[in-house]
Amino acid sequence: MSPMTRPSASQRLQAFANPARFMTLSGRLLAPLWLVSLGFLVVGLYFALFASPPDYQQGETVRIMYVHVPSAWLAMFGYSVMAMASAVALIFRHPLADLCAKSAAPIGAAFTFLALVTGALWGKPMWGAWWVWDARLTSVLILFFLYLGYMALWTAIEEPTRAARAAAVLALVGAINVPIIRYSVVWWNTLHQPASVFRMDGPTIAPEMLLPLALMALGFTFLFVTLLLVRMRAEILRHRVRQLRLALAASGAEG
Amino acid sequence: MSRAFIALLVRDLRLAARIGGGGGMAVFFFLVVVAAVPLGIGPAPDLLARIAPGMLWVALLLSSLLTLDRLFQADHEDGSLDLLTMGRLPLELVVVAKAVGHFLTTGLPLVVAAPLLGLMLNLEVAAFPALMLAMLVGAPALSFLGVIGAGLTVGIRRGGLLASLLVLPFYIPVLIFGVGAARAALAGFPDGVAAQSLALLAAVTLASLVIGPVAAAAALRANLR
Amino acid sequence: MTTSELRLSASHLACERGGRLVFDGVSFTVGSGEALVLTGPNGSGKSSLLRQIAGLLESGPDSLRVEGGDPELTLAEQSHYVGHLDGLKPAMTVAETLHFWAAWFGTGAGAAHVAAALDGMNLASLADLPAAYLSAGQKRRLALARLLAAPRPVWLLDEPTVGLDTASIARLGHAMQAHLAGGGLIVAATHLDLGLATAKTLDLGTGVLS
Repeated sequence: MSPMTRPSASQRLQAFANPARFMTLSGRLLAPLWLVSLGFLVVGLYFALFASPPDYQQGETVRIMYVHVPSAWLAMFGYSVMAMASAVALIFRHPLADLCAKSAAPIGAAFTFLALVTGALWGKPMWGAWWVWDARLTSVLILFFLYLGYMALWTAIEEPTRAARAAAVLALVGAINVPIIRYSVVWWNTLHQPASVFRMDGPTIAPEMLLPLALMALGFTFLFVTLLLVRMRAEILRHRVRQLRLALAASGAEG
Repeated sequence: MSRAFIALLVRDLRLAARIGGGGGMAVFFFLVVVAAVPLGIGPAPDLLARIAPGMLWVALLLSSLLTLDRLFQADHEDGSLDLLTMGRLPLELVVVAKAVGHFLTTGLPLVVAAPLLGLMLNLEVAAFPALMLAMLVGAPALSFLGVIGAGLTVGIRRGGLLASLLVLPFYIPVLIFGVGAARAALAGFPDGVAAQSLALLAAVTLASLVIGPVAAAAALRANLR
Repeated sequence: MTTSELRLSASHLACERGGRLVFDGVSFTVGSGEALVLTGPNGSGKSSLLRQIAGLLESGPDSLRVEGGDPELTLAEQSHYVGHLDGLKPAMTVAETLHFWAAWFGTGAGAAHVAAALDGMNLASLADLPAAYLSAGQKRRLALARLLAAPRPVWLLDEPTVGLDTASIARLGHAMQAHLAGGGLIVAATHLDLGLATAKTLDLGTGVLS
């Protein structure tokens, strides 16, 4: 956007609201976004794998954290994006918001899956088992189920507008329930194993580990936004194909 | 308006009593699931006693899920759901009537049957009152959260499986607090846990009384129009 | 029936199903005592239009309007809809079904209206029979008896004569005329001439109102 003709915030919002404008704007943003995401990831990975010290307790396995923690963060972030987009879609009946929610789901689910896999890989050397019913892993697992249910609902309902609205309702109910589920799982966990084996939050992280973690988190977040735009563009094109096919069917009926 | 509400509730109870899929079938399913457990893990009495509260709750969850499927689908297939949206009763209250009917025909019979199954699993008799109380407090939440899944999947072919998939994550807090309240009466749990989990279970149930009808009505509107 | 004057009007009504435009620019007005008959080929949207009036399908804002009647109630809450599905439960008897719908739609004097509905559709002898035992035509008559069991001013009928024999069609025609005479209004999709001499016709295939 050139600085000469700076439009107001509402005008900018309206520009994004129009699918055609969205296509041109997002098209221009894609290349820089890819560059920024990959830049952060490459530098972040260098620090994570080579330029940071091993943990004095966990040794080299601590490096899994640099993928695991950002993935877990994006698992939550993805669901928030989905829920907020769903709220906008239900209140303002905006088609792009529906597409945003729909597009965010598989990306969020992929990061959730990554968090689960890296969690299991980390768990083996740490706890001696691939899977431990720790509060954190368990709530990520349930979040993964919520994503799968949301995606299954989208595919199960054939008519897009109906699917969009039903999925939005589900995403919002899920958003209300996520904190309740999380609280219940933590409560359950403390009941069964009072002392946690290790903690990855809080002030225990050394500053030299914080830098790669922050870089990786930024890289993952930019990657999420980039992939979200790519998927939304794909959804818009899919919608156009559908319209063209419907038009073809209608013309076939007449002629 | 209350006349319409009662008419709908009475109709649903009458239908459940007359045709299969009502309380009788749910209790039978509950029994079969619980009977399958000792066959799967072995008959050691102390092991069975330890897992009994959790087992009974899981069976309650499954029975509840299994009966959800027909809640709106049956009315949708024969066209009555269209007519139910044209009454003067708000759709939210239609959902409440449906959920209350589901609780009375599925949840309540299972709570009554629970002690019998508890005996079969060698559960201490002293734990029965706590288990039944927890089930009585938690079962309405299963019905009121379940209607969301039923509403979201109405009109989908073989929507029952999908409804279960959507609803099961929402059931987890009910399961956790319900089992907590039932198990706390047994040895090995610190004091106060029983009361705390029962209070949390009641809170989840109260929340579901609001979330369920609002969300299910929104889902029905999305699916029917 | 004693209802105040009622006027149902559609202006530039459009219907979209699954991204496909079914019809567009449909306008008409029907008042108390009037009937509108919908015609047109398959897929021209007769059923969709009826469902839109019944509030079962979305219609654009302000494209469907109702004047008069009970200001507290929406159009759907003043309408009866009889579609392709009869909305019956096999396990409920004929009388139970009508009592339920009378209570559900919340109008009328309950038992008296149910008795009149049983008479009007010649179902009195079947009153205690579960709906499972009824023939297709009898089920149809039971569905139509809803119209009489709970008075509502607007009747929306989608091919109401399907499965009915000549005598039953005459009964339906009689009930419709009585409804119009009492100040009700009817929108019906039907092939048969139901003896509605005053009816307007809307051809959804061509969009011509006559």
